[in-house]
Formats: sequence, C-alpha cells, structure tokens
Amino acid sequence: MKTISEINEKIKRGQAVVVTAEEILDIVKEKGIARAAREVDVVTTGTFGPMCSSGAYLNVGHSKPRIKLGGGRVYLNDVPAYTGFAAVDLMIGCTALPDDDPKNRAHPGEFIYGGGHVIEELVAGKDIRLVATAYGTDCYPRKKLETLINLKDINEAVLFNPRNAYQNYNVAVNLSDKTIYTYMGVLKPKLGNANYCSAGQLSPLLNDPLYKSVGIGTRIFLGGGTGYVVWQGTQHNPGVPRTEGGVPRKPAGTLAVIGDLKLMKPQWLRGVSMQGYGATLAVGIGLPIPIVSEEVLRYTTVTDADILAPIVDYSETYPQRKPDSLGEVSYAQLKTGKIKVQGKEVPTASLSSYPRAVEIAQTLKRWIKQGEFTLTEAVAPLPGVESGITFKNLEDRPIVE
Amino acid sequence: MAVSKRIVLHFPPRLVNRPIVYRLVKDYDLEFNILKASISPEEEGLLVLELRGNRQEYEKGIEFLARTGIKVQPLSQDITRDEDRCTHCGACVTICPAGAFVLNPATRVVSFDNEKCIACGICIAACPPRAMKVQF
Repeated sequence: MKTISEINEKIKRGQAVVVTAEEILDIVKEKGIARAAREVDVVTTGTFGPMCSSGAYLNVGHSKPRIKLGGGRVYLNDVPAYTGFAAVDLMIGCTALPDDDPKNRAHPGEFIYGGGHVIEELVAGKDIRLVATAYGTDCYPRKKLETLINLKDINEAVLFNPRNAYQNYNVAVNLSDKTIYTYMGVLKPKLGNANYCSAGQLSPLLNDPLYKSVGIGTRIFLGGGTGYVVWQGTQHNPGVPRTEGGVPRKPAGTLAVIGDLKLMKPQWLRGVSMQGYGATLAVGIGLPIPIVSEEVLRYTTVTDADILAPIVDYSETYPQRKPDSLGEVSYAQLKTGKIKVQGKEVPTASLSSYPRAVEIAQTLKRWIKQGEFTLTEAVAPLPGVESGITFKNLEDRPIVE
Repeated sequence: MAVSKRIVLHFPPRLVNRPIVYRLVKDYDLEFNILKASISPEEEGLLVLELRGNRQEYEKGIEFLARTGIKVQPLSQDITRDEDRCTHCGACVTICPAGAFVLNPATRVVSFDNEKCIACGICIAACPPRAMKVQF
C-alpha cells in the first residue's frame, strides 16, 4: 500500500487520485475495495453546521498611549470579548451576546447578533468597533479606547474552536404540547417535526469512525482556509455503542481545531441565530483521508443507511438529563423527509447543510488535485475506544462555608 | 372565470375604521381568507388576504380598493430570500405551514416557492442564518 509521503509526492506531481466520500461509493461498487484502495489516494469529507464551541483569539496591536485590555473590559460591536490574557490579546466566543440583548426576556428571543456574527464580519473584512475600558497602570496608562479594527491591520486573528465536527448527533423531537425553541431548532408540539444535524455519509468523523487517520496535527479545510486538528474536542466520547462497522450510534468523537482567520472566508463562517436559544457560528470543516490501507478505505464507504442516530425528546428527556431514547433512525430514513416515532409519521429537517458539505468536500478535492494542499501524518492519535474515556456529568454538590 | 390571488392591502389611518372587506363580499361576491392583519394607532393598517371570485368582479373589487385609497400589492413581492445568506440547511422545510420550502431530494438544495407563501413570518426568526426577509 501507499504511505502518506508517497501520496504527497503524487499530489505535488499533480497525479493524485482524489474523490469525495460520496463519489467513493460508486467507485467501490464498480471496482471493489482492493482495486479502489490501490487506485484512490485521498477521500475528502465535509460538514457545515452550527458549532457552538467556536471562537477566535486576536492580538489587536498596541495603541498610543498603551492600554492594558487584559483584566479590563472589551466589546467588539457591543459583544463582550474575553480579556483574561496579556495586554492586547482577546478572545471572542461565538455565543457571546451584547449586554443589552433582550435574550429570552420576551420568549422566544431572536438573538440576531452575537460573537459568531462578529467573527463573520471580521472575516468579511468589515471594520469592527472596539470599545474598551481598563484600570490603567504605570506602563499602560490609558483607561479608555474606542476605535475601529480591521482583520488586515491586527497582528493575529486565529480561529480556535474547542469542539467541532461532532461524530453523529441526536435527532431532536418534542413530545410536549407546546412549541419549544432549542439549539436543534424550533420543535413543534406533539412530534410536529424531527430535526437532525450531521452531514451523514459525508461527515468527517463518520468516514474515519475509529480515528485511524485523523489525529493531532492533521491539516484540514477550516472556514474556507486551512486549519489543523490540535486535540480531541471537548466532550470527546469514543466509548459509545457502535455498529459492526464501527460507526457510533450516539454523539461520539469531536475535534478541537485551529486556523488563521485571515485566510478564511465569511461564506464558511456564518453567524447564525437559533430562535429562543442563542447566537452561534456555522463552521465549514473538511477532513482529507489518505487511503493508506484497504481498512481505511472501507471506513470511507459508509452510507447514510449505515449511520444510526438516537431520537431524543427535547421537551423533557434532554433538559432533565434523562437517558431515554425514542428509538434509532438512519440518515437514509431521515433524508426521505419523514420518520416514524411512536407510531406517528414525523416530518424531518436538517440543521447541517448537505449542499455546503458537498461543496467543502469538492473544494478540498480540488485543492489536493491542484497540489495546493498536502496531507499530514498525525503527530499523536486521538483517544479511541480503548482510551476508556467516559462522558462525565456534573453532579452538583452543596457549598458549605 | 374564477380567480384566486394573495394580496397585501395597506390602509391609510383614515380608513382603518371602515368595513372594507365587507364591501368586497357584499358588492363583488368575493370570498376571502385573512392570512395576516395588523393595525396600530397612528399607523397604517395591513391586511394579507387570499381573495377568490369571478375574474371581472375581482378586477372591480380591486378597483374599488384603489379608489378608496388602499394600496394593493401582490403578496409574492413581500417575502424574499437573501440567496447570499441562505446556507440550504433545510431548517425551514418543516417549519413553514404552507409548504413553501421544498428540498430537492438529490442535491438537498432548498427552493423557496413564493406562490405558496402565505407571509405568516414564521420562517423569519426560525431561519438560523436569517436569510428570509419580510417587507410590507
């Protein structure tokens, strides 16, 4: 078989055979696993959906006279940024909201503008209003700053997302008799609809279910630019039940990713508003999978019919952290537009954009074919099933003074 | 010949107290289905109607409205999708009570059918990237 450096040689010569995780299905059907594994060098994947654990850190440069934003307060377009770092390093999280946002005081709130929208506008090259107050020191005397900043003028702008690209996810329904507003969208009463959120057969980690390929250091498509996997994502939970093919039957692995915001595009980092829930950021991610063995190729032939997701009630079961599931359903069933839950036919909708996932997989394929994007050897693997990682809940304890 | 259209009526403040829709029924024998109505003090009234009836009578009814000082617009002009913002996720598909969003089963691209839209506005806030705009 091929090694990653051999594949990279072919990429540099413009001879690599690259296909998407959709296209590989027909190729394997026609040629079989063994021949396809010899002929195909890379399979590309993609996903584009709301990913709340996303944010960016910025170094905005030093004003004259200097101001110590660290430990002070900073707003970007009225959205509060985190300042617990050095003098002019900031972090903006995508779910942050302006102090005067009405939030859910008039339920359901609209959440029209939050940190995700700031990131989108920053990437789009728009000027962002920075308003800061600081306490003043001998070396950083200034106490107030109101200015415009622009992506091209600041030192660093780095997208750094602690949890993206969830491997599989719940299908959300509502058993109650009133409409509920969740991070899984608007759920109509009495099983009025069922919302899912995964690119299914194109999804990065569903094509590498046991993390044989992806690892720390893997170069990826991130927000329209290139990024890297830096760690497993928060809540990474490899030990969930899996199908015979290794595909998790519940939300499982996640990725922490990083990349230069200056090279990204607003089309792939889109501020979004979940009615009654909050603001967040839709992120585009694509993972290339080098075909170094038949086994790795076999995993990329996963289809929507092979991927099962649990159906979860978001009116009672989810908020009260109960373990019950209303059954399992495949993405192939979800994509027919209706599923059966408790004997009732329920229309389905997606929160993750499949057309955008296809576009990401195609874009990554083009980059690799044109020799602009080479593959990386993982520096360290992500924790797998054998890691023994379990998903911990917070059991609150009384604070005794 | 019968005709059925969805229209938006803008009432100036001086007309909000008059039984306009009543006249459409009484004088022009038109059937109506109110899709949306709002009146606020000192502002104009707004009525979104589906209007059905004989074509000639329908035309006369519309003439009557115009003569009375009511601005009439076809509904389809009022709800638009910002194609740049739409990400084709499909969250709107099951939210719309009129079935105005249709998913292409092969490409998963979502199309918006103006003709089916009843301008209820539910999609406006339910669309995560806020691609749907309403303008009355």
